Amino acid sequence: MSAVIEAPIPQEQHDAGGPWRAAFRRLRGDRVGMLCLFVVAAYLLMVLLAATGLIARDWDREVGVSYANPEFLAGKENLEAAASRNLGARQTAPPVDLSDIDPLAPYYKELDERTAKIKITETPRSDTLPFGGDKWGKDVIKKTIKGAEISIFVGFAASLLATFLGTVFGAFSGYYGGKINDFFEWVYNVFTSIPYILLILTFAAVFGKGVLTVIMILGITGWTGIYRLMRAEYLKHREREYVRAADAIGASDARRMFVHILPNVSHVVLVQLSQYVVQFIKAEVILSFLGFGVPVEMVSWGTMLAEAQNELVIGKWWQLAAATASMAVLVTAFSLLTDSLRDALDPKLKAVA
Amino acid sequence: MTAYVVRRLWQLIPTLLGVVLLIFFLFNWVGGDPAQVLAGKISNQEQIDNIRKQLGVDQPYWKQLLIFCKQIVTGDFGRSWSTNEEVSHIFVTRIGPTLTIILPLQFLETVICIFLGLGVAYVRGSVLDRGVMLACTVAMSISFLVYIIVGQWLFGFLLGWFPVQGWSDSYWKNVVLYTPLPVFLALLVSIAPTLRLYRSFFLDEINQDYVRTARAKGLPERTVMFKHVLRNAMIPILTNVAIALPGLMIGTFLLEKFFSIPGLGREVITAVERSDFPVIKAITIYLAVFTMLLNLTVDVMYKWVDPRVEFK
Repeated sequence: MSAVIEAPIPQEQHDAGGPWRAAFRRLRGDRVGMLCLFVVAAYLLMVLLAATGLIARDWDREVGVSYANPEFLAGKENLEAAASRNLGARQTAPPVDLSDIDPLAPYYKELDERTAKIKITETPRSDTLPFGGDKWGKDVIKKTIKGAEISIFVGFAASLLATFLGTVFGAFSGYYGGKINDFFEWVYNVFTSIPYILLILTFAAVFGKGVLTVIMILGITGWTGIYRLMRAEYLKHREREYVRAADAIGASDARRMFVHILPNVSHVVLVQLSQYVVQFIKAEVILSFLGFGVPVEMVSWGTMLAEAQNELVIGKWWQLAAATASMAVLVTAFSLLTDSLRDALDPKLKAVA
Repeated sequence: MTAYVVRRLWQLIPTLLGVVLLIFFLFNWVGGDPAQVLAGKISNQEQIDNIRKQLGVDQPYWKQLLIFCKQIVTGDFGRSWSTNEEVSHIFVTRIGPTLTIILPLQFLETVICIFLGLGVAYVRGSVLDRGVMLACTVAMSISFLVYIIVGQWLFGFLLGWFPVQGWSDSYWKNVVLYTPLPVFLALLVSIAPTLRLYRSFFLDEINQDYVRTARAKGLPERTVMFKHVLRNAMIPILTNVAIALPGLMIGTFLLEKFFSIPGLGREVITAVERSDFPVIKAITIYLAVFTMLLNLTVDVMYKWVDPRVEFK
């Protein structure tokens, strides 16, 4: 998001009066909008760093004791952590003598010899982690960063797909009208007559799970909103003089649709895109929570919340807090940024508020 | 009026056909061979062939589509693949608990949001208005899951005001004992977006000339707000309520899952988990029909709310 708006400033000095530049100037005057832009950019930077492995690479290493306390609660009583520390001690306690009925008894000596040959490097597990640990003693902060990477990536990729589908369908429908319009209107009616959540779950039932699957499901089911808007815009724009002029100089239909009209309606696309991101991040969290989203070996905010549900009962609130707070900050910033973008890109709309 | 309804019903047919085709395509084509799912991991070819024959998936696609259409018309979707319960029986028994949750929820949400919305629209632009709107944005940014997890823990487990989860056969026991907490938590989530929406509906009306005229006539503010503004804003509100209803039938799935309420939403989740295709197919088709009919009903109701509306 930020890249789209910021890019023109240093490079296109000659384009002083361009609409994007004017929009950015309006956005810069909006303090809340700028703050949100900064927050969103920070999140995106974090996602980028996590994706390239610069941070949170070892998120799934079990560095602490089970449910390690956060550092600021170092002295707090923690039964689960204590239990996991004593795990080794308990195993060495003298076992009940079962050697006459144990079928494995003759092999124990050989097995012990074999185990002795394998070197186990016991990593020291720390009692506290910066913001606590989960059931396996993973660092919650690193886990949250990694979870943010997946959730945000899914949100962005799915909204790009939905926006692409909706824009192309809407462009064809609005531009050509007639039979093509009838066809897309029919598809639109079909998709919107099934309640949205049910549509997602229906797709999830047949497609299985996985990151790409979630992106596809959200994209394929989510295009209807922007389709409606783009169709209306293309209906309006195809009769405009600049499009007729393009026709007169021999521009093809595709060129008129995507080179001439699209830039003039791109502000609608951008605003809708950022609305989708928020919507799809929330949807991904719920899908992953239910187990229809990311696979088991990955982490997203949704899977963290799924674990947090059981942790809360035994008083381990840190994973829940980390996932909730990181998601709430991003979603709030993104929603407010969307409002600011709308105001900046389409000053006419502001009259409503 | 009758002509209008008949024409609208006529127009539903291609859409319904589309829904049928979409569901058929998804489950009979994309979904893979159900016999493999049903036969389990240890199975021989003979078993698989038998199951395929029972389900009718060994027939050509057009015949399968005919079977599907017959199922829809007769309402007989056979039995659930996982519990062997009649699908129609699942539908009939699960809809009650869902309605027990969503009817009070929708009613309370609408009433609360109308009053709050009128209130903040009346003081638009003030600190109170902006504070409420900011609170709404923040409230909307927290996942529904968190509300349920924390709410269930706080009110059910820690404070013990409500049972953590459960359901009974007695309607009144359900209403008094088991529904208050889920409904309350759902309200916390749904009020914020609805309030924002209703506020914008009221703001659209509040700046109209007729409001100024009413004030100029010397009508008390209460009459202006509740009689003039509210009645005009009822059209978008009514639409919004009707649009939300079919989604809610499934949308309460998280509540039903967390609170062990045997409703439609939880049934869908379980069906998705177990690849129980007949159940999902039936629920999707009938909810789509319900949605379409509901939209038609709302359009007819416009006339009742606003006598100026003409059917075209």
